Amino acid sequence: MINTIWFLMIFIGIVYGIITGNLGAINDVIIKEAGEGVTFTISLIGIMSLWLGIMNVAEKSGLMNSISKGFRPIIRLLFPQVPKNHPAERWILMNFIANMFGVGNGATAFGLKAMKELDSLNRNKKEATNAMAMFLIINMSSLQLVPLTVIKLRYDYGSSNPTGIVGPTILATTLSTIVAIIIGKIFEGGRSC
Amino acid sequence: MLDIISIGIVPFIILIILGHGYIKGIDIYSAFIEGAKEGFKTAIRIMPYLIAIFVAVGIFRGSSALEMFTDILSPVTNLLGIPEEILPLIMIRPISGSGALGVVRDIISYYGPDSFPGWVASIMMGSSETIFYTIALYFGSIGIEDHRHTLKAALISYGLSIFITIFICGLYY
Repeated sequence: MINTIWFLMIFIGIVYGIITGNLGAINDVIIKEAGEGVTFTISLIGIMSLWLGIMNVAEKSGLMNSISKGFRPIIRLLFPQVPKNHPAERWILMNFIANMFGVGNGATAFGLKAMKELDSLNRNKKEATNAMAMFLIINMSSLQLVPLTVIKLRYDYGSSNPTGIVGPTILATTLSTIVAIIIGKIFEGGRSC
Repeated sequence: MLDIISIGIVPFIILIILGHGYIKGIDIYSAFIEGAKEGFKTAIRIMPYLIAIFVAVGIFRGSSALEMFTDILSPVTNLLGIPEEILPLIMIRPISGSGALGVVRDIISYYGPDSFPGWVASIMMGSSETIFYTIALYFGSIGIEDHRHTLKAALISYGLSIFITIFICGLYY
């Protein structure tokens, strides 16, 4: 599916660019965005290394384990295929927490680590497991509680109540995450891995 | 208050984790180095996937094909009760985070942050994610080719979340 969408974005973009005589701009974009992919990756290296280093301390000291204990029932419910006390459990939880508090680059680092741990439980290395799909579906439904960038934007444009969106955002995020979990579970069907 | 939280949260987390490790008597310095070594490998591994997504999204956005889709879709979405003003945001949110933020800025500056479209845009931005980027990045990092139902489920959830957001905005506004 991503194969098709990826192709369609490029195909429609280029064809529409030809029709509207906008091909020059697209040419620039191709060169710029390819470079952007590299620049972005390099900018990620530092902060991801930092977070993975810090979290390895939390893993070694047992802090990560104590934090995840309380949330274990939720993780068990969402990811029944992950064995009890498997490292994937802890990294998934760290990703969720970082997401909730808006530590985006930390969430990415922990999420990639969680995927690696989930892959260690995967028998068919080319195919996603239910746990991986569920993990990403929850991530893509957004978990962030306080959208600071949006609040800042509202403040800059003279809102009389920039933080007024916090309550409804939390409500919307919670409901849409619950909906996403239900849909994810429906798609899992009877498969056990 | 929110400023303090946003500035303080990262140093605070680092302080707690390192302090806890130090008191527990583990070699925090070696543990940090050991963990940090993985950062480089992980980042480099995701680079081709990022380039693929960035270029495709860039071409699509650069061609202004998005505006064409907005025009085609607006009669349908009007019928569903979706405010026309936020249609560009609905279209761009799953493919580009920075693009979506730009659209939110446009909506807020044009209609005002306290207008209904301004509210819906603000809340939608905070309660959704960049779907294609997330899928490409996370599956790419471990070489998964068959994503099974992931994208389908995410897109359906996203569609429903739009209605949830509009409904909640109606309650609060």
